[in-house]
Amino acid sequence: MKQDNAMTTPFVDQYDSLKPELPGSALPWMTALRDRAMDAFSASGLPTQRRESWKYTNLRNLTQLELDGQSLAPRPVSIDRAPSLLPDGSAYRIVFVNGDFRADLSDLADLPAGAVIGGVAALSEDEPECVERLLAQHKGIEDQPLVALNTALMRDGLLLQLDAGCKLERVLEVIHVNSAQNGVFAHNARNLISLGAGSEATILEHHLGLDDSAYYINAANDVTLDEDATLRHYRIQAEGKNAVHTSTTNGELAGNSFYDGYTLSVGAALSRNETKMNLTAEGANCHLNGGYLMRSQQHCDTTTVVEHLAPQTSCREVFKGVLDGRSRGVFQGRIVVRPNAQQTDGHQLNKVLLLTDTAEINAKPELEIYADDVKCSHGCSAGEVDHDALFYLRSRGLSETSAKALLIQAFLAESVSEIGAVELQDLFLEKISDWLAV
Amino acid sequence: MLEIKNLHASVEDKPILRGIDLTIQPGEVHAIMGPNGSGKSTLAHVMTGRDGYEVTEGEVLYRGKNILEMAPEERAGEGLFLAFQYPVEIPGVTNTTFMKEALNSIRRYRGEDELDAMQFMKVIREKTKQLGVSSDMLKRAVNVGFSGGEKKRNDILQMAVLEPTLAILDETDSGLDIDALKTVADGVNLLRSPENATLVITHYQRLLDYIVPDFVHVLASGRIVKSGDKTLAQELEKKGYAEFTGQAA
Ligand SMILES: Nc1ncnc2c1ncn2[C@@H]1O[C@H](COP(=O)(O)OP(=O)(O)O)[C@@H](O)[C@H]1O
Ligand SMILES: [Mg+2]
Repeated sequence: MKQDNAMTTPFVDQYDSLKPELPGSALPWMTALRDRAMDAFSASGLPTQRRESWKYTNLRNLTQLELDGQSLAPRPVSIDRAPSLLPDGSAYRIVFVNGDFRADLSDLADLPAGAVIGGVAALSEDEPECVERLLAQHKGIEDQPLVALNTALMRDGLLLQLDAGCKLERVLEVIHVNSAQNGVFAHNARNLISLGAGSEATILEHHLGLDDSAYYINAANDVTLDEDATLRHYRIQAEGKNAVHTSTTNGELAGNSFYDGYTLSVGAALSRNETKMNLTAEGANCHLNGGYLMRSQQHCDTTTVVEHLAPQTSCREVFKGVLDGRSRGVFQGRIVVRPNAQQTDGHQLNKVLLLTDTAEINAKPELEIYADDVKCSHGCSAGEVDHDALFYLRSRGLSETSAKALLIQAFLAESVSEIGAVELQDLFLEKISDWLAV
Repeated sequence: MLEIKNLHASVEDKPILRGIDLTIQPGEVHAIMGPNGSGKSTLAHVMTGRDGYEVTEGEVLYRGKNILEMAPEERAGEGLFLAFQYPVEIPGVTNTTFMKEALNSIRRYRGEDELDAMQFMKVIREKTKQLGVSSDMLKRAVNVGFSGGEKKRNDILQMAVLEPTLAILDETDSGLDIDALKTVADGVNLLRSPENATLVITHYQRLLDYIVPDFVHVLASGRIVKSGDKTLAQELEKKGYAEFTGQAA
């Protein structure tokens, strides 16, 4: 499926010249993997709206970035402090600036035995077997053009690997700071997360634009949870308002493992957060929750695919959106229950508040059920701020603005309350208040 | 303190209030009674500034100010309070958060200092004690899962906390058992002072045994068709509104 696609060309054309300086270029398996990925990417091109799963999101904004020969090379900017959300010393911290790992801003002291945390680029040199193993666990190249692109050009990202039974007692804060003040850039971040049997980690990940400059982040996240492992993965996407952010998470969840995800999206001109979870064995459970708050002409796409491949697997999704101005939200939620996946439990909810007549939501829930003994429900709704509630609050003295803010906050709180690490909920509520206060 | 002059209001071009005149002096309790659909709630809503109503004629002066021009929150700041016929459920907002925001908004409007959490809790404790209501409902989301009686009690608690100068009670007594009715009466009587006034909209004479009105008005088809003292309420209880609905039609 060769696509004649103006946005695809810059990436394809530069691949050969970039190749020698990409991390791991001395590793034959890595080069072979990149080559295969670039072949797949140049065959498919960047996804266009002709693809069913990209019907509502158009990456044409990327052409406006005018990516050139320099844009795919590192563009360091100088930062001497990481904008952390957690008190110093209370969390492990790993910082990436314009995609590159910054050891000087990170704090990875006192890691427990059995834990490896670091930048993928550096670890490709130091622990190539580990990187190879983690990269081999997922195969998203064929049908996921953005993952293919990422695989061909990936530079750096988080590597988290826990041996069986290893528990990270502190939250791992992952900070991605970006700014195109030294020129427009596109970065392919690869985050590899692999949790051994019974291990446990909590990640607070935030993506932050330092200014309004334009750049492109294409992240691919590989998550593997072995039996009984638990990953709590909470994210804040607050890229600069002219940035483009695409993120694809592929998860493989073994028996009785638990993925608890929450993504709050407030940034970027255009963003897509795609999550595909395979529940491969009995007892695998995933929670995919989130909130998206958009204004002016922002576009935010949330796409989830949950595959129930084994009996007694469960998923729960609660998404809340607030759309102001002429912003646009997309929610595509697919739940597939394979024939042998009896006694599965799927629950999906996407509720949206439209603050203006010009804001828009495209919602597409899809249930594909091939087993007969399942409990699956989904609900989608879009509406305005409750008029009666607004008057009730105002009649008690609250200004229209604060009454609205209170109602919106309460609306979103319903999704925030799904965050399993209760102590982190306030942080998300604060981000929501910050958005409302603008 | 309140002067309603020749007030006409429509909903979707349908005239509902058709020339209301009503004057309330400080310290007085007025009762408005009348059949269903006569415009009682409409009057309460127009006074407190709910949207969806068009005032086509007349004015409402509160302490000399034309309040029809004001936003609902400004009217609240001026001292108006409406206990709703149907209090609204607000999921996700706790009663405490809501009442603290409300009280501080009104204090700001009046140029008073805001209360911090401690000072606010002191006020709440005092009011719940005076009204004999349980403080359990403070932690719950506003009116969510409340019984009919709890919702009305909650409105009365809000009234006691916000200390309005003119309280309007829109059928707050409907569907209440005798204990809840007493809470309502306690709330109103707590506020009574030579400076404050109360407008009680009710269907039944029952509440007026506890909140004794100085004046009783009959509202039918958007007009006040009869006014009198508390004996009028007793009379209406016996005879019903047939006389007025007939007359107005
Ligand atoms: N929002 C509205 N839309 C249409 N008609 C309304 C609306 N509100 C009130 N009305 C009509 O106005 C009339 C008076 O209603 P209301 O003030 O609620 O009466 P009451 O409180 O005396 O029972 C009724 O005929 C009612 O149907
Ligand atoms: Mg009524």
